[in-house]
Amino acid sequence: MNAALGIIAATMIGVLLLGLRARHGRDMDLEQWSVGGRGFGTLLVFVLMAGEIYTTFTFLGGSGFAYGHGGPALYILCYGCLAYVVSYWLLPPIWRYAKQHRLFAQPDFFARKYDSPALGVLVATVGIVALVPYLVLQLKGLGIIVDAAAYGAISPTLAICIGAAVVTVYVMISGVRGSAWTAVVKDTLILAVVLFLGIYLPIHYYGGYGAMFRAIQAAKPGFLALPPQGESVAWFDSTVLLTALGFYMWPHTFGSLYTAKEERAFRRNAVLLPLYQLILLFVFFVGFAAILRVPGLKGPDIDLSLLRLSIQSFDPWFVGIIGAAGVLTALVPGSMILMSTATLLANTLFRAVRPQAGDKAVGNVAKLLVPVVSLVAVVFTLRGGTTIVALLLMGYAFVTQLFPSLVASLLPRNPVTREGAFAGICIGVATVAATSLTRTSIAILLPGLPEALRDLNIGIVALLFNVVTTLGVSVLTRRRAAYA
Amino acid sequence: MAFVRYLAVLPFLGILLGVPLLNRVEPLILGMPLILAWIVLWIILTSVIMAIVYLCDPANREGGR
Repeated sequence: MNAALGIIAATMIGVLLLGLRARHGRDMDLEQWSVGGRGFGTLLVFVLMAGEIYTTFTFLGGSGFAYGHGGPALYILCYGCLAYVVSYWLLPPIWRYAKQHRLFAQPDFFARKYDSPALGVLVATVGIVALVPYLVLQLKGLGIIVDAAAYGAISPTLAICIGAAVVTVYVMISGVRGSAWTAVVKDTLILAVVLFLGIYLPIHYYGGYGAMFRAIQAAKPGFLALPPQGESVAWFDSTVLLTALGFYMWPHTFGSLYTAKEERAFRRNAVLLPLYQLILLFVFFVGFAAILRVPGLKGPDIDLSLLRLSIQSFDPWFVGIIGAAGVLTALVPGSMILMSTATLLANTLFRAVRPQAGDKAVGNVAKLLVPVVSLVAVVFTLRGGTTIVALLLMGYAFVTQLFPSLVASLLPRNPVTREGAFAGICIGVATVAATSLTRTSIAILLPGLPEALRDLNIGIVALLFNVVTTLGVSVLTRRRAAYA
Repeated sequence: MAFVRYLAVLPFLGILLGVPLLNRVEPLILGMPLILAWIVLWIILTSVIMAIVYLCDPANREGGR
């Protein structure tokens, strides 16, 4: 075993021990297990929320996208920023309502607001469908790290299985409190590692940022801006909008909102968190630095760029530290996502089948489902073939379909009926599913359209269908109700 | 001071309208491509704008929620 692998293995064991310690001395009923007893203070909520934003997606996916796609990767800097602006007004009423009605999960919120358990089941299904690609990308990241740090000694398949096993055990022993404590460690380590890499590599290889960007511009003119076709300005705007609106629609983000103690915490976060986005810059600098130093990675392999460049630049022990930070960035959100998926399945779908089941029974089912869900994710991960960013964008196209009926439900007089919400979400999700399963796009379906329309993110088009359907069906059902 | 909340529209305009207009690598600003420097500027401005909104929002005063 080399030094890199040793450090990564030690990190995984350390994380499991921390998780065990966090559980020590507490009874874990369903509320404890999934929302930490609503007792977290501002600082810990801040860390927890920031922690799940810095995931494998930003660390490996962000640097890989910057390496392989150039300018379009900058969308990742923008959408979080706009999402925080929206959060200032969006999150406090959600939190207030959830606390008042003692709701744990996103589907419960919809079911209560629209007085429709069926809508709750639909929302849970959308959440689960969207979470699978998100979980797959975490496992993919873990696999890439273990594989790279082993310098070829462990096969990628085995690496993914090891990663999945660690996440599963971690979630089963500790729940969300474990996530919070590990998040504290993870945020410190990832910050140090990313800052170091983002400052050291451009200076070491190019002599500075200006020199690096000039060298890339000379070798690949225009690569660092948005291209005129494909990932063009229309793609950029529609993708930023889609992901900004979908940011808080993820079931696991909803779950972590419920852990806050007071609603002012969300408004404070809306001021502070945009600045946190700036550490993403350093991840991009690493990706950009790799463009001319480790050329030739194509397709899904672009996600390897950060680790390839690290292996080329540093001793194994330091690659181990980088890998350890990467493992934590996959474990913390990975555990959160895994737990949300299991809780969603148990709480909504199991309860729908067996309404008389008690909290204890549902909690036990949730725990039993954890290994099942991670096994399913492993199967999808091994089938492979797409980049980390493509996986996340697919998940976003699904969850954002929940946005219109959620916002409508927060209005003083909700213009949307439960039938409208149901139909709109179905149409939106069906549009996304149909286009991603058949691997088509607007450019392929309607090649005659102007460039700006052809490059739109399909999720935004689906969202438009969704809104039109929601409002149309709402008007029809409301009129019928008035006549009845 | 209710009008202050409309400042929150600015980050959307800055990013969704500004980026298409300034979609260029050169000139480099502080060593960064123009498009990147513009985005960084708006991230910082967003935080400043939200701080102003926060301070003017009566819900955040003492005794507020």
